[in-house]
Amino acid sequence: MIADETRSAKARWALRSWWLVAAMWTRATMAYRASFFLMLAASLAATSLDFVVLLLMFQHTDRLGGWSLAELGFLYGTSGLCLGLANLFVGSVDALGDRIRTGTLDTMLIRPAPALAQLCAERFSLRRLGRPLQAVAVLVWSLTVLPVHWTADRLLLVPLLLVCGTVIFSAIYIGGATLQFWWGEARELQNSLTYGGATLIHYPPTIFAKELVAGVVFGVPLAFVNWLPALRILDRPDPLGLPTAFQYASPIAAALCVLAAAAAWRAGLRAYRGTGN
Amino acid sequence: MDTSVEAAADTSAQLRPERGEPGPDGRPEGAGRQDIGRQDAGRRQAGRLYLAIAQGAFRRYSTYRAATVAGAVTNTVFGFILAYTFLALWQARPGLGGYDSVQAVTYIWISQSLLVTVAVWGGGFQDEVQERFRTGDIAIDLYRPVDFQGWWLATDLGRAAFHLFARGVLPTLAGALAFSLTLPADPLVWAVFLLAVLLAVVVSFGLRFLVSLTGFWLHDSEGIRAVMLVVAMFFSGMLLPIGLFPGWLGELAHVLPWAALIQIPTDILLERRSGFAVLTGLGFQLLWAVLLLAAGRAAQLLATRKVVVQGG
Repeated sequence: MIADETRSAKARWALRSWWLVAAMWTRATMAYRASFFLMLAASLAATSLDFVVLLLMFQHTDRLGGWSLAELGFLYGTSGLCLGLANLFVGSVDALGDRIRTGTLDTMLIRPAPALAQLCAERFSLRRLGRPLQAVAVLVWSLTVLPVHWTADRLLLVPLLLVCGTVIFSAIYIGGATLQFWWGEARELQNSLTYGGATLIHYPPTIFAKELVAGVVFGVPLAFVNWLPALRILDRPDPLGLPTAFQYASPIAAALCVLAAAAAWRAGLRAYRGTGN
Repeated sequence: MDTSVEAAADTSAQLRPERGEPGPDGRPEGAGRQDIGRQDAGRRQAGRLYLAIAQGAFRRYSTYRAATVAGAVTNTVFGFILAYTFLALWQARPGLGGYDSVQAVTYIWISQSLLVTVAVWGGGFQDEVQERFRTGDIAIDLYRPVDFQGWWLATDLGRAAFHLFARGVLPTLAGALAFSLTLPADPLVWAVFLLAVLLAVVVSFGLRFLVSLTGFWLHDSEGIRAVMLVVAMFFSGMLLPIGLFPGWLGELAHVLPWAALIQIPTDILLERRSGFAVLTGLGFQLLWAVLLLAAGRAAQLLATRKVVVQGG
């Protein structure tokens, strides 16, 4: 890298690298069109199962933890959309352990493009659109049937939570993957934070133990993806009784997540020694 | 999915008996193999061979300790989340589906403990077979003097034995510590439960074997596997007990083979099936196991007739 390059130029180059690799993989997967659409359909169906379970649960009750199906639809749609987009953009990063084991990470490190951008875009596949697509459908449905009293701040909170939620999940993907620098086989561990976390926030905070809810506010800040803003949008009381400022604080939580993930990635890369193959 | 499985595929070749891997009696396996077919001694030899294959698979999976711990932790985290959702549902509707809330929470923890053992998501030997289709090594598997179906069944039983222990104990313990669970005190119930799990693994193997064999015709069974995952997750009762499905969907789910994977073993452990109902449950599993293995055998015969090996 040239010394006088600015930060923004570096960031642009990282995004462009991501874009080039992702476009290459898209062309590659589109070579088998039938297979692509089959897999997209399968992904749509597989990721919709969680909502089918919600529908079946609401066959037997009309309230879960005091929340209605439409309100759970809002939680489900926002959580699924944020996780789905994060998975689309950076989900491939979880193959890091395999790349270290097989030595292909070394190849990425010597290419004149940021290694993290390459890792995130490697094996990029549009079939991962399945989850965000079905989540959008549920979200739109919930917004049309929910009797929300729309004010300016509520209108603004919806796009804000989608952006911040995607950033938070992306940071968790990257931060979780960097664990594999030290613990190469721990790939599945981050599933408990990404997929497990998304499942957690499909459901209203009222049904969980207070310690668990506090853990995702002050520990891994999943509550900022949708729980806290949803309390404001749906006008629900906070089971923890936190100050209302928390309901608007998703951008701060997202920024902290990005800083933590970036620090973890740098520490991991410094600790990395090639396997020598 | 498990990295262990992908990594395991690399080492599978080394565990083939042809390489002279010592059998359980310490002799190289290859040395005793010519006798197979000499009636009784041959049959004993074959039994020992399959046992050695299963033991090899058990050892192979136990090598990846970090992956195993990571997976068990993930099952435990999901157990926590889903247990709370079930508690909320049973709080709204006590006694739903004939389960009380303690049984419902136990259902979640037991199903999480069984998820990987009975491979509801697919995987296990499937990943290895798929890779062997891709590389063409499948041709070698077919002319080995070991039965193709028997070989992979033995490896899958070895894998399942390891996973039952490694992926089952931690979630069950965590669940028992954090929630009040109802687990049977009678050792006989546990014994019958283990038998039901064994049958569940065989049924699961039968289903996955058929899916893998589509590789002979489709070159890539990835799409079929993805569809099967959806069907299996839903109809096994992994997401919700089958008794909660509405109307005809519930009736259909009760007779499909996937009910043998999670619903029946869990109901036996919860003592919701007792006496004669235990026998009908086990009989249902056995029936599907036999049917699926027979179908797999027939498909294998068809497939081997059409296989064309392209040089070496």
